[in-house]
This record gives sequence, C-alpha cells and structure tokens, in this order.
Amino acid sequence: MRLTLREALLSFRRAPVLSALAITTIGFALFVFGLFSLVALNLRSTLGEIEERVEVVMYLTRGTPVEVVTVAIGDIQAFPEVESVNFVTEDQALERARQELVEFQGIFEDLTANPLPASLEIRLKPGFRDSRNVSAVADRLSGFRFVEDVRFGRDWVEKLDRLRDIAGVVGLVIGAAFAAAAMMIIATTIRMTVLARSREIHIMRLVGATDGFIRRPFIVDGAIKGALGGVLAVVLCYGAYLLVSRGLFEASFFTGQQASLIVLLGTVLGLTASAASVGRHLPRV
Amino acid sequence: MIRLNKVFKAFPKGSLALKDVSLHVAKGEFIFLTGHSGAGKSTVLRLVYADQLPTSGTVRVSGFSTAGLKRRDIPRLRRRLGIVFQDFRLLEDRTAEENVAFALEVTGTRRSVISAKVTRVLTQVGLATKANQYPRELSGGEQQRVAIARALVNDPLVLLADEPTGNLDERATRGVFQLLKDINATGTAVVLATHDLDLVRQAPFRTVELQDGAIVYDSREDEPAGEALVER
Repeated sequence: MRLTLREALLSFRRAPVLSALAITTIGFALFVFGLFSLVALNLRSTLGEIEERVEVVMYLTRGTPVEVVTVAIGDIQAFPEVESVNFVTEDQALERARQELVEFQGIFEDLTANPLPASLEIRLKPGFRDSRNVSAVADRLSGFRFVEDVRFGRDWVEKLDRLRDIAGVVGLVIGAAFAAAAMMIIATTIRMTVLARSREIHIMRLVGATDGFIRRPFIVDGAIKGALGGVLAVVLCYGAYLLVSRGLFEASFFTGQQASLIVLLGTVLGLTASAASVGRHLPRV
Repeated sequence: MIRLNKVFKAFPKGSLALKDVSLHVAKGEFIFLTGHSGAGKSTVLRLVYADQLPTSGTVRVSGFSTAGLKRRDIPRLRRRLGIVFQDFRLLEDRTAEENVAFALEVTGTRRSVISAKVTRVLTQVGLATKANQYPRELSGGEQQRVAIARALVNDPLVLLADEPTGNLDERATRGVFQLLKDINATGTAVVLATHDLDLVRQAPFRTVELQDGAIVYDSREDEPAGEALVER
C-alpha cells in the first residue's frame, strides 16, 4: 500500500499542471453539484418550516365531558404519527378569535353565547406531514364519537406534497447529471494520465509487474484527485454561501457531516471513474 | 530452458515475421541472434518474453508454454527473464538506484532485501558510485549498464538483449559486451540480438542467423562460427 501511495503521489509531482487541472475540473463539477445541493437543502428547510404548520383540527361536539376529552387526548397521543395534541376549550377559541379577527370585534361583542366549538389541534411528526398520512390520521380521528368535524386543509397539504416530489425528482436528475459529468471528467483525466505514462506502464510490464500492481496507483490517484476536488467544491460552495447570505438572504450551509459527504462523494467518484478508465485503457497501452 | 518449436508469426496484414523457427537455448548458454533489420530477431525475443504470441507453433520458457498461457502468467514469466533494449527504457524521473529497485518493488520484494540487492548489482555493473544519478546525467553506456543491472536484479535465468549496443560508441559497446560475457560466466544465459558482426566475431559463442523470418544458419549445427562469419 505504501508503494501504491508513493506511485500515486508521484503522478502529482510528474504532472503538476495536469493534476491541478484535473482537481480544479472535478472541483468545479462537484461545486455545481454542491451548489444545487445547497439550493435543495435550503428549499427543503423552507418546506420543513411550512410543513411544521401542517396540523389536523378535530372539532368536538358541544358538551363533551372534559374527562372524555382527556382520555381521547391520551389515545391520540399514542398514534405513531402524532407529535403533540393541544386542547382548545370553547372559551379559548373565542378569545383567540377575538385577538386574531379584530375586524369582527363588533360581532363578538354582540354575542350572547359562544358559538365556537372546543377543538383538539394535532401536530404530526416530521415524515408524516404528507397528504396520505394526514388523511389517514384525519380518518381515524373521525371515528371518535364526540367529533363534529375534522379539518386539515387537504388542498394545501397536497400542493405541499407535489412541491416536495418535484424538488426531489429535479434534485435527483440534476444531481445525477452533475455526478455523471464529474465522473466523465475524472475518467478522461485518468485516461490522459494512462496515456502520458504509457512508456512507464510498458516498462513496469517488462519487469514483471502484474496488471493489479499497475492499476492500483491510478485508482488511488483518481481517489485522491476526487477527494481534493471535493474539498475544493466545499470551499467554493462556502464562498457562494457567504456571498448569498451577506448580500441577498439568510441561507443555511452544509453541516460538517454533509460537507464530508461531498468530499466522500468526490473520492468515490474518483475511485470508480479511474477504476473504469484504467480498466478500459490499460490493456491498450 | 527456452524452446521455440516450429514457430510461425504473421503480421496483422498477413506477411510472415517468422517462418518455421525452431530454436533451443540451453541453461547458461550465450547466443548471438544475428540478421539484418527486419529479419525477425526482435520478434523472436518478443515471443520469448510473451509480448507477442506465435501464430502457430509453441514457445516454451522455463516451464511456461505459450499454449494455454494466461494473461496473469505473463508477469511471473517475465520475472524469470531480464530484458535489455537499445533505447535503455529507463524511468527518467528516477535515479539509477530507483530504476533498479523498481524491478524488485513490482515483485513485492521486502525493502530490507531491495537495498542490498540493488547495491550488489550496481557494483556488478560498475555503477556503485553513480547510484543517485538520474539517467540524463549518465552516458549512453552507463544508462545501458543501469538497464542491465535492472534486468539482473531479479536473478534471471536468461538475459534477453535486443541490440543493446545499437546506441553506443565503440568503447561503450566493448564495455557492455564484456559485462554481458561476465554475466554469462556466472551462469546466466544470454540471448544477444545484434546486427553488429564485429561484436559477433569477438567471441566464440553460438550464432543463429535469421533472414526474412527464417533461421538460415546455426553455428551449433553447422561450421564453427568465427570461420563462417568471415566468409559470409
């Protein structure tokens, strides 16, 4: 392994310009990929914030005893999808309406009795905030005896679903396209290196080097270039993030783990592309 | 040790590089392989180190046979051979010592062993003091000595030399030839492909002459080499 690493690092010393070019190109390909990931990440966090507002409201029949409601709250909280249940009494509902609907203040003052029902506001756990899960929970809630109505803004939740699906598909397609571009760049770079070192490969063969022995440094070389390209991409992404955060709007950046993932992706792409490229071109040298 | 049996080798376009060549090289033997350019000398050597395979016939080298030779067998076969070329084929960005060590590194030899072996062969070829010099800092004769040291470091059964003196002046040629004779004296067989008849006349070794891909003369089977070559 020591020898493989030495040979791989030698390629940087032998062809510094080609190596720097390869790392920069891989870096830029992964940078575009990273930028897209940043957009996706920020979009997802915005979607997440909107999703947090998804809740199912269960209106209770007037006169439902508090003990019954308390038992129901316990039951609902035991649903696997449910994060929290908030009981809003009739009085609290009226108070809230008074505060929120200032323009109807006059109407509220003329009221002799409270027309608003008590309700349970049910928030779902992340991952269950899509229309299928929300509908399923709403259906189950409708089964309680003291329920007058269950509402959750079906249209709105469905739109959110579609937005999430589109973001996912577009992310996957564009991400795959850039990953493929990065791989092709790495493969071409390795091919150039193989051709540039054809004389050396020939000599290695003459002195009895096995194909595996010849191949290994190229693969390690590709992996190192991929990793360095990944690091460069993270640095460039950070620059772009600073630019946007300071000049345009507050955005979030990758976590340490996500940044490491980009470097790891670069490494894996470099490794795979160089293995494929060297496997294809070595027999021809 | 090396046996070519009824070997034919066709070029891709169909013309024949070798025609019905049968040749046996015994252990410790020194053979001159002579003939004009294009006579087939290099092709014979390339068949021996499995750079090419015969179109028909078989080539056997130290237990390996081209019949059924697998790709993974080729490195193991070549480790039993030492190969030297006219253009030296050294790695330009490595010192003489590193060039020689490289041949051992590819075989997975331990580091501690490599150092001692490299010093031994560089001393044998007379380059112990130039171990740290790069090929460009060495003369042609010295570069060829490095190439010979590299070929020797794996203790080969046979040294294949393809026009090793082709790029050298007369003095360097004499030096390299003497070195090859010394190596042969230690028991390593040498197959020296050359068109330099002056070189051939300098030693009474077996001479095999190729012409248009066929063996036209073998001193072991015909008249004494020195005499025949003077007349030819």
